[in-house]
Amino acid sequence: MIEYRSIGKTFADGTEAVGDFSLQLPSRTTTVFVGSSGCGKTTLLRMVNRMVDPSHGQVLIDDVDVSTRNKVELRRSIGYVMQEAGLLPHRKVIDNVALMMRLKGADKKEARDRAHEVLETVGLDSSLANRYPAQLSGGQQQRVGVARGLVTDPNILLMDEPFGAVDPIVRDELQQELLRLQRELDKTIVFVTHDIDEAFLLGDQVVILKKGGEIAQVGSPAEILAKPANDFVSSFIGLEKGHRKLHVEERNGTRIVVDETGKATGVLSE
Amino acid sequence: MSVLNDTVDWLSDSANWSGDDGIPHRLTQHLEYTALTVVIAAAIAIPIGLWVGHTGRLRGLAVVSTGALRALPTLGVLTYASLFSGIGIKPAIFTLVLLAIPPLLAGAYAGLESVNRQTIDAARAIGMTEWQVLSKVEVPLALPLIIGGIRSATLQVVATATVAAYVPGPGGLGRYLIDGLAVSDYARIVGGSVVVIVLALVLDGLFVILQRVALGSRPSRTPTTA
Repeated sequence: MIEYRSIGKTFADGTEAVGDFSLQLPSRTTTVFVGSSGCGKTTLLRMVNRMVDPSHGQVLIDDVDVSTRNKVELRRSIGYVMQEAGLLPHRKVIDNVALMMRLKGADKKEARDRAHEVLETVGLDSSLANRYPAQLSGGQQQRVGVARGLVTDPNILLMDEPFGAVDPIVRDELQQELLRLQRELDKTIVFVTHDIDEAFLLGDQVVILKKGGEIAQVGSPAEILAKPANDFVSSFIGLEKGHRKLHVEERNGTRIVVDETGKATGVLSE
Repeated sequence: MSVLNDTVDWLSDSANWSGDDGIPHRLTQHLEYTALTVVIAAAIAIPIGLWVGHTGRLRGLAVVSTGALRALPTLGVLTYASLFSGIGIKPAIFTLVLLAIPPLLAGAYAGLESVNRQTIDAARAIGMTEWQVLSKVEVPLALPLIIGGIRSATLQVVATATVAAYVPGPGGLGRYLIDGLAVSDYARIVGGSVVVIVLALVLDGLFVILQRVALGSRPSRTPTTA
């Protein structure tokens, strides 16, 4: 379990990224931080592996304050997947993935074997292993990024807008792939996005953030949709725009699901 | 035309290709001075440049001092240094080291600055130590610019090392220029210059090859379909 206890972060230039934030993230679930830019979601994520140290408060992983742990050791024990993958451009795909194993002290062969295995897990063809990152498409690079995050089999996986820079079709594929992986691997995932649809799709627990890391609402997607806490949430999740309020109409004997604007969005199956 | 003919004669005279004042010996000395200078300057400038580039600290000072060093008049420094350390090769090496530091320093810190910030952030986030970030990520990615710095330092030194002969004692290809000037032997002066020019071009060519090798197997960008 990851726990934030009255966390705050003011950067050296005086901007307050997070005011006062407390939350528990249950183990083996996906928690999604969602909000517009400047809501402090990435700062919150990066506090887990001490890429950012809080100005006040504590972050605890399984009741151990992360500030008591060595930064490098802590980061090696946590998977990290970022936007645009962040792969090393001068290393082959296989070496980018194996690197994490090497950092943890595995020998070359063990590291490579494990890297091949995990590349297969994320659905990458083994013929791509000896390419350089620049020779892959954006979606393939992002799969390598996920593979690198998973290769050491960490309990925690941090994902910072990992699918933000790929086109919608590939994003859809990657999201489904992540759901499949999570069913198999059961990690504690912290996921950051500005896309509410992605948050509802992937999150067991969704945290909607306002400026300065203020929590607008926490809950499962169903809870949030059923009872938005306030106008900010209603507007953020799109209830006011009408495409989330659906009703059923019968047309030619088939029951069609229609949104408030009258647009047909699906068929009702019983 | 006569100087040109005399120069060709000087260069093809076998007497100039042997002995202590022969071209092979002077060329070897010249290369030794150049190598010694670049090695000393690199040992000073590259660690400083890497530190500045990695930490981002004292960058302003590095830029200003690089510019100031570049503005130093070589001959003046050499004369001044000779007053302190006496004649011989030491003042010349000292002067040449000052000349070689700016391109080496600039190559190192500019090289590190050219590395994508996100790549460095990622390296740190996956648990690399600061030393690993520098040695496994920043330096390999900055290598073309670092070698570029060594290249331009070497070329400047090889062209300027002729001043070593300005004070009595040292050899090198500058002997032909200084000694030739003293007796108005223009064939020797031009001949010596030609050897320096050829040497500089050959070294430059070697560096082109070295830079290619440093980039080696790395592709520029050949995207494939998803």
